[in-house]
Amino acid sequence: MADKLLEVRNLKIEATAYPPGEKPRDITIVDDVSFQLEKGKVLGLIGESGAGKSTIGLSAMCYGRGGVRITGGEIVLNGRDIRQLKPGALRRVRGGEVTYVAQSAAAAFNPAKKLMDQVIETTLQRGEMSKSEAEQRAVMLFGKLGLPNPETFGRRFPHQVSGGQLQRAMTAMALCPKPDLVIFDEPTTALDVTTQIDVLAAIKEAIADTGVAALYITHDLAVVAQVSDDIMVLRGGKTVEYGDVRQIIEAPREEYTRALVSVREIEHEEKKPAAEPVLRVDNVTARYRGTNFDVLKNISVDLSPGQTLAVVGESGSGKSTLARVITGLLPPKEGTITFAGRELSPDMASRKRDDLRELQMIYQMADVAMNPRHTVGTIIGRPLEFYFGLKGEAKRKRIQELLDEIEMGQGFIDRYPAELSGGQKQRVCIARALAAKPKMIICDEVTSALDPLVADGILKLLLNLQKIEHVAYLFITHDLATVRAIADSIAVMYQGKVVRYGSKSEVLSPPFDDYTDLLLSSVPEMKLGWLEEVIEHRRMESAGN
Amino acid sequence: MTRLPIAAIIGFVITGAYFLAAILAPWIAPYGMAEVVGDSWAAPSAAHWLGTDSIGRDLLSRMIWGGRTTIFIATAATILSFGLGASLGMTAATIGGWVDQVLSRFVDLIMSIPTLIFALVVLSVVPVNLWVLILVMGLLDATRPYRVSRSVASDIVVMDFVEAAQLRGEGRTWVIFREVLPNALSPLVAEMGLRFIFQVLLLSTLSFLGLGVQPPMADWGGIVKENKEGLVYGIAAALYPAIAIASLAISVNLVADWILNRTTSLKGGRGG
Amino acid sequence: MNTLLKLVVQRVALGILLLFAASILIFVGTNILPGDVAQAVLGQSATPQALANLRAELGLDQPAYIRYFEWLAGVLHGDLGKSLTNGQDIAAAIGQRLSNTLFLAAVSAIIAVPLAITLGLIAVRYRDRWPDKVISAVTLASVSVPEFLLGYILMYFLAVQFHIAPSVSTIYPGMSFWAKLHAITLPVIVLVLVVQGQMMRMTRAAVLNLMQSAYIETAELKGLRPFLIIARHAFPNAISPVINVVMINLAYLVVGIVVTEVVFVYPGMGQYLVDHVSKRDVPVVQACGLIFAAVYIGLNMLADVISILANPRLRHPK
Repeated sequence: MADKLLEVRNLKIEATAYPPGEKPRDITIVDDVSFQLEKGKVLGLIGESGAGKSTIGLSAMCYGRGGVRITGGEIVLNGRDIRQLKPGALRRVRGGEVTYVAQSAAAAFNPAKKLMDQVIETTLQRGEMSKSEAEQRAVMLFGKLGLPNPETFGRRFPHQVSGGQLQRAMTAMALCPKPDLVIFDEPTTALDVTTQIDVLAAIKEAIADTGVAALYITHDLAVVAQVSDDIMVLRGGKTVEYGDVRQIIEAPREEYTRALVSVREIEHEEKKPAAEPVLRVDNVTARYRGTNFDVLKNISVDLSPGQTLAVVGESGSGKSTLARVITGLLPPKEGTITFAGRELSPDMASRKRDDLRELQMIYQMADVAMNPRHTVGTIIGRPLEFYFGLKGEAKRKRIQELLDEIEMGQGFIDRYPAELSGGQKQRVCIARALAAKPKMIICDEVTSALDPLVADGILKLLLNLQKIEHVAYLFITHDLATVRAIADSIAVMYQGKVVRYGSKSEVLSPPFDDYTDLLLSSVPEMKLGWLEEVIEHRRMESAGN
Repeated sequence: MTRLPIAAIIGFVITGAYFLAAILAPWIAPYGMAEVVGDSWAAPSAAHWLGTDSIGRDLLSRMIWGGRTTIFIATAATILSFGLGASLGMTAATIGGWVDQVLSRFVDLIMSIPTLIFALVVLSVVPVNLWVLILVMGLLDATRPYRVSRSVASDIVVMDFVEAAQLRGEGRTWVIFREVLPNALSPLVAEMGLRFIFQVLLLSTLSFLGLGVQPPMADWGGIVKENKEGLVYGIAAALYPAIAIASLAISVNLVADWILNRTTSLKGGRGG
Repeated sequence: MNTLLKLVVQRVALGILLLFAASILIFVGTNILPGDVAQAVLGQSATPQALANLRAELGLDQPAYIRYFEWLAGVLHGDLGKSLTNGQDIAAAIGQRLSNTLFLAAVSAIIAVPLAITLGLIAVRYRDRWPDKVISAVTLASVSVPEFLLGYILMYFLAVQFHIAPSVSTIYPGMSFWAKLHAITLPVIVLVLVVQGQMMRMTRAAVLNLMQSAYIETAELKGLRPFLIIARHAFPNAISPVINVVMINLAYLVVGIVVTEVVFVYPGMGQYLVDHVSKRDVPVVQACGLIFAAVYIGLNMLADVISILANPRLRHPK
């Protein structure tokens, strides 16, 4: 029996909600959660937004964020309940026995101080090492985490290094005082997928080398499967399932866990390209006003009617700019856009109303894509009135038909967006686009802001609607799993260029170009040992060269 | 609709009472505006609830008539400054480009001189009357509603729902009145309340300095000027306008606060 | 270092440009508007001949832009022109008054700034509890009463009823420093109260904003003592916003001082300006207006320069 480090029993966490115009009331965020962690082991906490996973993670430091209170249960760390500790003793636990790595290291570092001073701050505070010893340890950790020039890295200020590097620096900061337990709170979520894999590998190696235990919090089951020994699945502040990683991934017991494991496994048969495309982007080059840098360079892609072209790339690849050029929000410097057989005017303002109607758009953040002062009825009804002159009862009937089509049914027509869930909001945006009877819809990261299961529902709806309405999608995303699920053809973008383009089967089969290979191999897969395989594979390849 | 908080009710009642008194002044003021009815600085009595002023006019009547002048000029100046400033600010935010640049730099320039100083400079050459006061106060203060409405509107203009409306092919009128304005209304109305208070304070200050409302017309700042000598003899007549101005300002503030809070709670509807 | 210097130079250049533009605005304000200075000085009953003579004497028969450049050239050489009403040299008349005004402003600022920052920090420390609420209530009250009324209220109670301070702030050259201080007790209290509200509220907002940032949470999770969190992590980042708040409010003090001087018959710039506005003495008004505008523009510029200098992103470029 290994040494027990942390045991949490019957944890209950509450907060006070302040609903407008009503009396404040207490709400339970975490209810009756228990788990334990042995020395040197990693426990993954997984769940969707609002599952209480960060709150539980921070409870291991007996810390409540923003008025959150731990109201029940025991948190036994190294043999004593830290809830009973006095403030001074608790401060020695924080930053000493237990340390924390935040999701956004960019915000978590003090902008006015050098990285080294921040990394060794707690170590010096505790008086266990001299300044030079602490700095040596920090440099050693920088090196272990794969940071460039570990000797001089610490002399920089936070804004002088990249996001991926900051995330590693924060890991070094957490490991520096030799803690027993590190809490990783979504440490790779804000990173691009090709950066994520490196940081993930670095974290995993650092955990193994230092023998520290960890709580690893994330919403991505494929990620947590790579680093954890045990996994706890949470939903609405309650435990759904708790077991070792193999059991959870390979033989989940609960329905909800099964859904999480099988997420993004949508079957979609690839369609053959048609003779006449609905959209042809021909040799488009574009730049933003006042800059002297082309964000898009000689882009040419086609989209067949009733099919889906997925445009894949990481942040800064120019994929969203392509959408702006097609919609006419950003007139291109060179090149033409042909839509439904006619060449579109480069500037939106001089396009014909039918061109505007047949080319619709759905946004990433449904929250800000709908006017919060309009009802669902007004939002969906406006295109009906604007393009088809529908009024009164006829309009209301059509709105209801559209609501049925997006599987929302009765009772939503007079509600405001603020009263809908995230998935429902995105569905209303889809209905608004459909109301215009478009030939094509541009979907800009429409599932990125949603929890995996909700995103799955939206993708299935979109595929279904494509069959019924025969509408084409230009689907912009950074997520390759989404691409696999819905694309007929794929364009991979990198630094403003299309580096690979063709049917889905062509693009996703070897031989690959370097970037596509990197991109494809970086997407976490829902299987144990995937991370090691990729790292090993890359090591062999670079040795081979 | 949620229930009105106590503070907002108090604000509405007091503000309403002042405006009502201003409108009904000819009927509710016991004496005429410039009517001399007694000794100078007579103590409060049944006939003169607040006593009389430096030359024997009924102070209560002066306060009511003065309130009428003050509130009328401040309201007119607010309407002018707000109408001009807010419409230019919204236009600048929605059109952008050089229109925005020119307007914004010009506003920066006007704001580089404190409003009171600028007003004094201008009032040193123009004849002072009611309409000049409204014009000068309204024009000089249009800079603040301009900035507020521009910044509120430019926050809204970049939202995806406005882009969606533009992509739909909606005209500028629809975008401004149906998409932007409903979302900007509450902060703008609250700002209007604050501008009104500022105008009341500015007018009182100008009148006190002898450059605002001219005698024998009454206004709150003028009443202080006329009766300030009395203070040395322990006569508090000059302080009544303080109570009037402060209570009006505070109650308008309470209403503005309520309007602002109402917006934020609507926006955060589902509350994280 | 280069970008930093460039930004500072740009901001200073903008300040100078603004000052020039403001001088044009002041000049235009007093010249192009429908009023006629000569008419205003001599009154409605003046003979045409007298008007013509005065216009010639004032140079009003020349085009406006020439008069502007002559005025500007004079100002740049320290010649502010002569007063219309008594023919006095304006620069000489302003000298003593300006130093009186700066004395009053300095004493008020020395009291108001530390007080406002302390009260702002107390409001943050006891956020949403009674000290915070009392402070916001006082703030609301103080911005709801105009300066001159605040002055008379204090005069009525402190000077007339309780004889704590003199009701009129007479000072003259040769007075001892302490006598001067005693004389300006009431105007200082008024000015401190007037800028207090805003400065406190803005300090509170700036510090609250800072305390909610993620790096303060990081410091808490590092187990640092509250004192260290404030000293090492909050303070270095708070300097810039707080100094900004202070500068903006000192600029605001410029306005308050004009009225306060009139209330307490204090021989400073503000009283000089107001006196000559009612006498329609345009050269004096122009000169005083320009000086007030220069101080205001200068303080705002200083606030911006300090926040540029305090920004670590600009101090340590990539």
